[in-house]
Amino acid sequence: MKRRAIRDEALFFERNPERLRRQGFQLPPLDAPAVDPATILPQNALRSELPDYPDLTEMEIVQHFHRLSQLNYAVDEGLYPLGSCTMKYNPRINEQTARLVGLAAAHPLQPVEQVQGCLRLIWELEQALIAITGMAGVTLQPAAGAHGELAGILMIRKALEARGDARDVVLVPDSAHGTNPATAAFAGYETIELASGDDGTVDLEELDRLMTDRVAGIMLTVPNTLGVFEHRIVEISKLVHDRGGLIYMDGANLNAFAGRALPGLMGADAMHINLHKTFSTPHGGGGPGAGPVVVSEALVPHLPVPRVVKAGERFTLVEDDAASIGAMRGFYGNFLILVRALTYIRSLGSDGLRQMSDVAVLYANLIRRRLANAYHLPYDSPTLHEVVFDDTRQTANDVHNTDIAKRLLDYGFHPPTMSFPLIVHGALMIEPTESVSPDEIDIFCDAMLAIAKEAGENPEFVRTAPHDTPVSRVDEVRAARKLKVRWTAD
Amino acid sequence: MHPWIGAGDEDRQRILGELGLDSVDELFSSIPAEVCVDRLPMDDGRDENAVRSELQSMALANLSPECVPSFLGAGVYRHVQPSVVDAVLSRAEFFTSYTPYQPEISQGTLQVIFEFQTLICQLTGMEVSNASLYDGATALVEAVLFAHRVKRGRFDRVVLAETLHPMYRKVLATYADPAGLEVVVVPPGDDGRVTADALREAAGESSCCIAVQSPNFLGIIEDLPAVAEAARESATLAVQVVTEGVSLGLLSGGGAHGFDVVCGEAQSFGLAPGYGGPHLGFFACRAKDIRQMPGRLAGETIDSTGQRAFCLTLSTREQHIRRAKATSNICTNQGLMALAATIWLEAIGGHGLRELATSCLSRTEELKRRINEMNGSWKLAYPTAPTFDEFLLTGPGSGDELARRLAAEGVLAGVAAHRWGGSWPDGLLVAVTEKNTTADTEALIAAMEKLS
Amino acid sequence: MNVPADLKYGRTHEWARTEGDVVVVGITHYAQDQLGEVVYVELPEVGIGANAAEELGTLESVKAVSEFNSPVGGEVVEVNDRLEDEPNLVNEDPYGEGWLVKISGTTEGEDLLEAADYIAMIEAEST
Repeated sequence: MKRRAIRDEALFFERNPERLRRQGFQLPPLDAPAVDPATILPQNALRSELPDYPDLTEMEIVQHFHRLSQLNYAVDEGLYPLGSCTMKYNPRINEQTARLVGLAAAHPLQPVEQVQGCLRLIWELEQALIAITGMAGVTLQPAAGAHGELAGILMIRKALEARGDARDVVLVPDSAHGTNPATAAFAGYETIELASGDDGTVDLEELDRLMTDRVAGIMLTVPNTLGVFEHRIVEISKLVHDRGGLIYMDGANLNAFAGRALPGLMGADAMHINLHKTFSTPHGGGGPGAGPVVVSEALVPHLPVPRVVKAGERFTLVEDDAASIGAMRGFYGNFLILVRALTYIRSLGSDGLRQMSDVAVLYANLIRRRLANAYHLPYDSPTLHEVVFDDTRQTANDVHNTDIAKRLLDYGFHPPTMSFPLIVHGALMIEPTESVSPDEIDIFCDAMLAIAKEAGENPEFVRTAPHDTPVSRVDEVRAARKLKVRWTAD
Repeated sequence: MHPWIGAGDEDRQRILGELGLDSVDELFSSIPAEVCVDRLPMDDGRDENAVRSELQSMALANLSPECVPSFLGAGVYRHVQPSVVDAVLSRAEFFTSYTPYQPEISQGTLQVIFEFQTLICQLTGMEVSNASLYDGATALVEAVLFAHRVKRGRFDRVVLAETLHPMYRKVLATYADPAGLEVVVVPPGDDGRVTADALREAAGESSCCIAVQSPNFLGIIEDLPAVAEAARESATLAVQVVTEGVSLGLLSGGGAHGFDVVCGEAQSFGLAPGYGGPHLGFFACRAKDIRQMPGRLAGETIDSTGQRAFCLTLSTREQHIRRAKATSNICTNQGLMALAATIWLEAIGGHGLRELATSCLSRTEELKRRINEMNGSWKLAYPTAPTFDEFLLTGPGSGDELARRLAAEGVLAGVAAHRWGGSWPDGLLVAVTEKNTTADTEALIAAMEKLS
Repeated sequence: MNVPADLKYGRTHEWARTEGDVVVVGITHYAQDQLGEVVYVELPEVGIGANAAEELGTLESVKAVSEFNSPVGGEVVEVNDRLEDEPNLVNEDPYGEGWLVKISGTTEGEDLLEAADYIAMIEAEST
């Protein structure tokens, strides 16, 4: 069968080139007197001509997007082992609950007595996240992980200012996500990089040296981007707290220990939670996510506004509070993402969340064992939900991690993460998640082993991969040198 | 074992055997015992049917604007929703995929972003658009920080029209403080619009941008050519914020008037109100400033066979490469919402968008006419000001009281105009879209008559 | 690895060539190879002061950003405008048409390396 979608799908703007009038949607009939816009609106404000959009039929629209969809890989197709991204199954009931009209059509500016259901839902999710993390308070407002980081760092800043102890430096381990230093800079801090110790975790002596009275806090990913748990976390927290600093925890890897360990016991002062990772809300091809932040008692007064407050069986909103850092975004958060996360948490509950991290960790260790003879493991510390190999063995044949990744596409898998951690050159960071079957893990490991073999026997074939994708290797250099970021009529 | 967990008990035993372990607990030995718990203080999991019931009960506890006449707007609008939008959005190839960092298996998402960028450019009259931001309020924040960078950090003053959505201004305040920015707010004149003179005076010669919203928070169309001129004379950037995207079906975007940035909220393009999110921030600017632009960007290129292909580009601006020196810390954005807007705009089409906007305008004018005919205390706050699909209505009581009393009569008549304060008269912001039938209008008028 | 014997080298992989009153500056063959295909060069404004061993601009590949430093102190008198449209010159001809800036009024005393020492440095770096 010749798939229509396999090659170049014309752009919307290239269709119907003569711009003949067709209809994609029928508007409700105008049952009020029609006005001529030119008689109502200022002349200098009127648009002189329509945007250059072709008018297509409904079926043409559906076919266009159907064909485009066929060019994507997705979680529903197979293992998506992007380390640090937690590409787990997106349960279908989540999609149903998020589309309930009572929730989806609720307007954010309705008086609170009309939206008690929405407010209850927010409150219930807040309680659930507090229970899962053992922290004192939470905001659901941030739209994504990086946005949550910023909310957390701003709260730390505010708390220190309130103590009359403004500081100007944030420590970030060299293994951190790029968002960490970007966030600290955005919040007005200088970042100082903290070199990892030999086992990939924080070097306590180095921390002791850098943790001066200029340091507002440290941004720690737990487990870190190598999948290694900071086993001295309690000592780290104590050291930082003793010197007046606060602990920001990057919760991107919560899937490794939810149900088993509590950040509240680790000494965290703020931690964002990527609902689109641990709590199964879809990644959507790049969002929307949600990045709630749980906080310790020290930061509760500084949580963003508006906040949902429970009074008896009624819920209200607090819009202003002088101690708060203010509003991080419009309204109360990516609410319909929150609906999905609560659906997931209610479905798994205490027992299910523990099973979730158990199996995520079990799978990652299975992959680690299966691939250890074919790929180099730069750090041999015990790992939890993900494992980081590198391409050292393959570079001998001039095959790099990007080549292995592209070849993996031919085997029907999305590649692992390669862009970090920066402390591993040629990284292959693999996170299987708990939701796939063991059979899928088997097929993936077989593919990785086959590629390692190919890299030895036929490196040129690996270097020129992919060979079996809708488009072959894409020229990203040309895209950057000859920028074309929109369609034009010429 | 739960259906969303891939390994059953027997699978787990087999894997433990392969790893030479007795218990999965051994894999967690690196976590100190003092931070561990045996179970969480919450109930165990429940079946799908029970969970659906619980969520449904929350949904039913709301009064839905879909069930009563609703004129709520103030930045979140009710528009028609072609069924193709949700049908396409429900395709797993779109909603279960990741950010398209691997272009060879992400051409669908990448082409959608490229089309979205083009649609936004055409609507706003700008040269380049990014792939989305969180929402309208954070789009304003990014625009201000962008202007600060374009001016090479030399000018810390930001001039905002008071008629720019107060919630957006409130969000900006959160970010302005750590960035060391000084925000100056310029109140509107008697006609509900900011004047170019007042903006010019506030800007002086040391501001990085002047930002206005049009149609503004009061629904009134600002004099964009005059604002752009004021910005030019003050050697500062002109930023237009749009919160009601459908207005662009009739009104030209800031690009046509010489604005440097047009940004805002695109929820009107096929996104549910969703109690405030997820919505869709957008950001468009001039090509010369593209390296200062925040967020992701898709570009056209070719593959190794010379065939057209798309990929993310100019990534060196972003946090995963430039880290502390990135243009923004944004990573995950609102990809699926950009897809929704793309489908919506393409299904509605160019003619459809104009027809839709004209429908909103006509219905709004009709309601304004009816109110003008009423006796008593109901008045248009700015009777001669040009509006698109929203206006400020004053009546017997504060906006908050009016909203509640009219709701008791069965109509969601509008948003209290002083919810965040303001120098304008207190009252209700009333939004009228193509979804508001004549029957809705009659219901609103009848409810108002009961109150007066 | 191409390391011309007649040039002086900075420790952050820039080269310097004296041509009459000015010093021409670029990045080395080794540096461009490490960076990969250059897609954008951000050059300083003409007329600004340059300090030895301090950042003068940036070079971008698709997946990396690299700062380049001035090997000498002085005033920037000319920048290579061709790089705006042809950043690939940095890869193709790093010691010739891919030069970056020209600096005049240079101060003496910078700790620049001879070719042999630079080769020793990059050999040490790459092992």
